[in-house]
Amino acid sequence: MITALLYTAAGLLLFCLGLWSFLMHRPLLRKLIALNVMGSGVFLVFVALAYRGPEGAPDPVPHALVLTGIVVAVSATALALALGRRLEEAERD
Amino acid sequence: MTGAALRAFVTIAIALAAGVLWWVFSLALLEGPGERLAPLAAEALPRSGVGNPVTAVLLNFRAYDTLLELAVLLAAVLGIWASGPPDRGFAPAEIVLAGLVDWLVPLLILAAGYLLWVGGQAPGGAFQAGAMLAAAGVVLRLAGTPRAGLPRGDWQRVLVVAGVAAFLAVGLALMAIGHGFLTYPPGHAKWLILTIETAATLAIGATLAAAYVGGSPPDGPPGEDRA
Repeated sequence: MITALLYTAAGLLLFCLGLWSFLMHRPLLRKLIALNVMGSGVFLVFVALAYRGPEGAPDPVPHALVLTGIVVAVSATALALALGRRLEEAERD
Repeated sequence: MTGAALRAFVTIAIALAAGVLWWVFSLALLEGPGERLAPLAAEALPRSGVGNPVTAVLLNFRAYDTLLELAVLLAAVLGIWASGPPDRGFAPAEIVLAGLVDWLVPLLILAAGYLLWVGGQAPGGAFQAGAMLAAAGVVLRLAGTPRAGLPRGDWQRVLVVAGVAAFLAVGLALMAIGHGFLTYPPGHAKWLILTIETAATLAIGATLAAAYVGGSPPDGPPGEDRA
């Protein structure tokens, strides 16, 4: 149980650090990185909630959500980067 | 509000939110698992057609969810393509990196095939295998291949929709022969899941590699690449 609590605490810490950074920084790239740190925190909490001790099989439902969530987060980040690049080009012109 | 006051306000608000979240989650963890979906999934696993509970959840119990996630990937790559042409990429690799790439890319493709197959019984599956394929694409682009190993424009479009298309085709075909949408008939689940996973692997790999390239694929006849 202490393992799951530790991982949940780490996930919450990551989420809150990311949220603070997301709100306090103006540049888009920093906001994007902050958003990804928040996402990693959420994934960590999900994995901790799925933990059933060293013997028990973990809950597969949160694992499946995290698995697809990681891929979706990567592609959403790529879309945000592409839009950010276009924005920068438009501002330079 | 001044900058410093705003900073203090946000910091305190987030600290309070962190406290509340910690309280909620630690209570949920200390209460024990309670009524969750895990026993339900474990009970239905022998009928799902695969031995890996995560694959069973992804491709059978929550297949709808996975279909829509593939649609999200498709929407993201369409958005990236709509944002204009990509950067030119990097200069062709020198001999050492080129030699490494020649070894690495076939190994990554092999590993992707293995992960796809092993996903039926053990950790693995379409998402991991797709990420491996995308990694091969990233390596190729870093070594100076402008299209990251992806085919020309039209085939690239076919690859990117392959996952959603295979999912929908299987779902609608099952509906047509009298099962529910994506309700696999017992005995055929394994091969239907493997079919969808194969198409999804190709689609995820192509989508992530195209996302890394970061722009619309070149059109036009072969040989007139805008590289």
